[in-house]
Amino acid sequence: MEHIRTPKVLHSLVYNVERLPTNSSGSPLIIRCKNFHVYRLLIPQEKDCLDVLASLTQLSCPERYGELFCFSFNPNLDKELREKAWGFINLKAEFSRMGIPCNLWHVTAANHEYRLCDTYPSELFVPKSASPAVIVGSAKFRSRGRLPVLSYFHRDTSASICRSSQPLTGFSARSSDDEQMLQAIMKSNPVSEFMYVVDTRPKLNAMANRAAGKGYENEDHYTNIKLQFIGIENIHVMRNSQQKYLSVGELAAPSMSDFLWGLENSGWLKHIKAVLDAGVFIAKAVAEDGVSVLVHCSDGWDRTAQACSVASVLLDPYYRTIKGLMVLIEKDWVSFGHKFSHRYAHLDGDPKEVSPVMDQFLECVWQLMQQFPCAFEFSERFLIQLHTHIYSCQHGNFIGNCQKERRDLRLQERTHSLWPHLWENRAEYTNPLYRTDHSQTQGVLKPLTTAYCFKFWKGMYGRAEKSVASHQSPADCLNAVREESQQLEEELSSHQEVPREMDAGQGIHMHA
Amino acid sequence: MELSEHIKTANVEDVTLRRPFHPALRGTLCVTSHHLLFSDRKDEASWQLLILLKNIDAIEKRAVGSSGTITIKCKDLLVLQLEIPGMEECLNIASSIEALSSLESVTEMYPFFYRPSHLTLNGPWGLSSTEQYYKQTERLWDRWRVSTLNSDYSVCPSYPSAVIMPREVDDDKLIRSARFRQGGRFPVLSYCHHRNGMVIMRSSQPLTGANKKRCKEDELLLQAVIDGSELGYIIDLRSAQQAQQARMTGGGFESKSFYSHWKRIHRHHERGKVVQESLIKLVEACSDPSHSVDRWLSKLENSKWLSHVHSALSTAGLVVECVERDGHSVLVHGSEGTDNTLLVSSLAQLILDPASRTVTGFLCLLEREWIQAGHPFQQRCAHSAYSHARLKQECPIFLLLLDCVWQVWRQFPLALEFSEALLLRLAQEVYASNYGTFLCNSEQERCAAGVKENTHCLFQSLLRPDIEEQYLNPLYEPTDLAIWPSVHPQSLQLWTGLFLRWTEYAQNMEEAREEVWSIVKEHHEQAGPDRTNNTLSTHCDTLTPFENLMDELTIL
Repeated sequence: MEHIRTPKVLHSLVYNVERLPTNSSGSPLIIRCKNFHVYRLLIPQEKDCLDVLASLTQLSCPERYGELFCFSFNPNLDKELREKAWGFINLKAEFSRMGIPCNLWHVTAANHEYRLCDTYPSELFVPKSASPAVIVGSAKFRSRGRLPVLSYFHRDTSASICRSSQPLTGFSARSSDDEQMLQAIMKSNPVSEFMYVVDTRPKLNAMANRAAGKGYENEDHYTNIKLQFIGIENIHVMRNSQQKYLSVGELAAPSMSDFLWGLENSGWLKHIKAVLDAGVFIAKAVAEDGVSVLVHCSDGWDRTAQACSVASVLLDPYYRTIKGLMVLIEKDWVSFGHKFSHRYAHLDGDPKEVSPVMDQFLECVWQLMQQFPCAFEFSERFLIQLHTHIYSCQHGNFIGNCQKERRDLRLQERTHSLWPHLWENRAEYTNPLYRTDHSQTQGVLKPLTTAYCFKFWKGMYGRAEKSVASHQSPADCLNAVREESQQLEEELSSHQEVPREMDAGQGIHMHA
Repeated sequence: MELSEHIKTANVEDVTLRRPFHPALRGTLCVTSHHLLFSDRKDEASWQLLILLKNIDAIEKRAVGSSGTITIKCKDLLVLQLEIPGMEECLNIASSIEALSSLESVTEMYPFFYRPSHLTLNGPWGLSSTEQYYKQTERLWDRWRVSTLNSDYSVCPSYPSAVIMPREVDDDKLIRSARFRQGGRFPVLSYCHHRNGMVIMRSSQPLTGANKKRCKEDELLLQAVIDGSELGYIIDLRSAQQAQQARMTGGGFESKSFYSHWKRIHRHHERGKVVQESLIKLVEACSDPSHSVDRWLSKLENSKWLSHVHSALSTAGLVVECVERDGHSVLVHGSEGTDNTLLVSSLAQLILDPASRTVTGFLCLLEREWIQAGHPFQQRCAHSAYSHARLKQECPIFLLLLDCVWQVWRQFPLALEFSEALLLRLAQEVYASNYGTFLCNSEQERCAAGVKENTHCLFQSLLRPDIEEQYLNPLYEPTDLAIWPSVHPQSLQLWTGLFLRWTEYAQNMEEAREEVWSIVKEHHEQAGPDRTNNTLSTHCDTLTPFENLMDELTIL
């Protein structure tokens, strides 16, 4: 590479370290990172190499939360600012942006102190018509108590997206509370006569769960529901698929056929399409048909989070802004108990718990950006930055597996929040083609999900290719042009000094 | 037979036209000698669709009750449907289209009848000639000369009348060298590098045959090319084995013992039918949106189109490496020297030479390296991806060139003065055109048919300021450096602008392009004329592909 920079790699980002046989020039070491960077070191002395290998191996898999970088990371913020920073994203404000609470939906205290469901947030939004008994009864009938609650409310149609885990139906069990809960959700959309239950699993997997006392809603027992299976594979399939996908990027000198065959064989893009298809189905139901949807998978923290958040990005232009995407991740992923520490191997733990669930969500957003280049306020760089932070453990936001665990770890007192940091640097992440008044910016996105629309995400997965060093991008060029135009315009239109923050805040009028 | 005799039914009313992403329209269909015209006369603001019959690659007829449906598949990959009331009319229309879309005689083709009021036939045709090119290129004057030995096209029928040759080799030697090369295509200068004076030559294969014949004059000619420097490279666009086999049919390669200062490198390139079939398979894969991802990737792989793109760019990169990095001259050839040879030599120039990256420079490159150099356009582009006709000499090598240029442009979005729109326009014009530029197979044929006297030149028309503007790259920022494209498979992409041109996919991209223009235009207005030059500049200390970030903005 031509630009000399001292590479810094956080220990937490190290995926694995491989030592190759010592040769005449020294001992080669390959460090593979969780954000798909690959570093190749040549260490003159074999002994030093072994030492580095041993320390890296140890440091890259801490056993306790206390060892994570976020607990020692100190950006010199005083206490007050740090607390304020943690309040940067406010989910209550987000629900009120959607128009919640309203005459149909309200907040329930049922999960106060996490007594109903320890992996849910303490504040839940449920239909007003659902009684406390129904809420408790429904939670009892759902895997891990993850009862159906509101994720997104679509003001234009009054249709909602709710989420839950699978019901404990087994082969024949039923719960009138749970049935009433779904009825209440359906009724919260006054004009609609039915609702969808989207089971994001392949039907076969859902059926197999019945043997373990779980399963899916019986359409005979729940009145006015339509059950739809989407067929997103489970975390183990996804983990293996990504491994294969990555190895395609690492091939030494592949032919075009090797490469394309490798893509096909990994199945990765097929899985990305499945996730996007789920989002498209839900968004269509909500926006076009005005029908509410309950989304679940098994536990309701992986595929459900993917499907709900992809649908939200399609439905609501706000989630296509920089701040909006932060809010969405905070809501659908962080607060609803997506198991960040397990999935992204923050600690040395069960490798079977690891899976690139969030990677897939970010990639779905990227694929959408390819189809709608003007619709997103942020650029690819923002997604890549988010991806790195999900793995890096530099900030407290993604530590732990649910809200309760984060509270018990006192993360807000002991670590810093990522969001204000990204927000301050948002100029780096803006898409020059984004304009709040552009037609692509408005309304619901209706992407094609034809196979040929899915591309290899080179910015993310092509980082092992060493010959490519990018210094500059057309996006940067356009941003520079745009910024300069604005400055000139200001010079022309007024002779007064315009405060610098004003023009840095372009594109935020939507949620100002 | 007069063209009009092919037309049995000239007009049909109440025809329904179906196009992708547009509501069906009813109107009048009209067949003329060269066009299919559909007009919707419902309102005052009538809408018309005019298609050159030559653009039609295949038609399919289907009877539905008493009416018929004709599916028209165009060479620019557009597919249309016409519902025609009355079976007889439908069959008449179909047979007229079939006859008139495959005219063999050049002078009957539309460019000979295209007479727009704003163009006149007097005046020079084309952008440049060999003589003019020589005059403009001062670095050639010392060691090179213009030879007019081919002025009557007798030495090499597919070469232009003038070629650029080493000063010290006289025409007699050239004639002998020509006899030793297939089709008389002796080694001629294609490009002289502005940094070090090294050259790219091109030719056809030497006719060594099974007996390993040699030709002293050919050897001397190549010796004169490297002029005392130690080494030159011969890039043979066939595998070593294919080159060996070529000897059995009278062809061959330059042997080490007779061309001791030349190092031969073999790079296998597919040609002819194989490439044509790749195009057919790729277009077929793109036209079925119901494929699963697995099936799509499998079909994309199976078409091998991207493999051809990969090979072409890799070999062009190799030529550039020899010239720019190693500082040696190169001779490129395959068999005939009219297809892959031109592909590789022109791509190498685009990578090396900043002058070929402007709109004018690029069109001049195409004129010199494809039109004048004798790429047999008429044979190669007779049919495109849909035709059911038995393949003869069709081969989309020129389309492959445009695809490769698109890949370079994608990786270096600031380095080319033109945009994707120009490439798309050329992809269309090469198959069916109002202009005479792509007619015939060589200068000799164009001369005989009177193309220059009786048709208009496409390239000249593209350079008219009001037209050229549509094809400019808003982000253009010239650089003197070579632009080396990455040829890693993950850096190469399907050219969606061409192959998915008529799908919904292309529509959002159009909006994005407009957005880029409006940002840049707004900027120019703000900055005023005197400030426009320095503002787009961004520092390019090293030129490596930006494609990582291009994925942010693949539409520019």
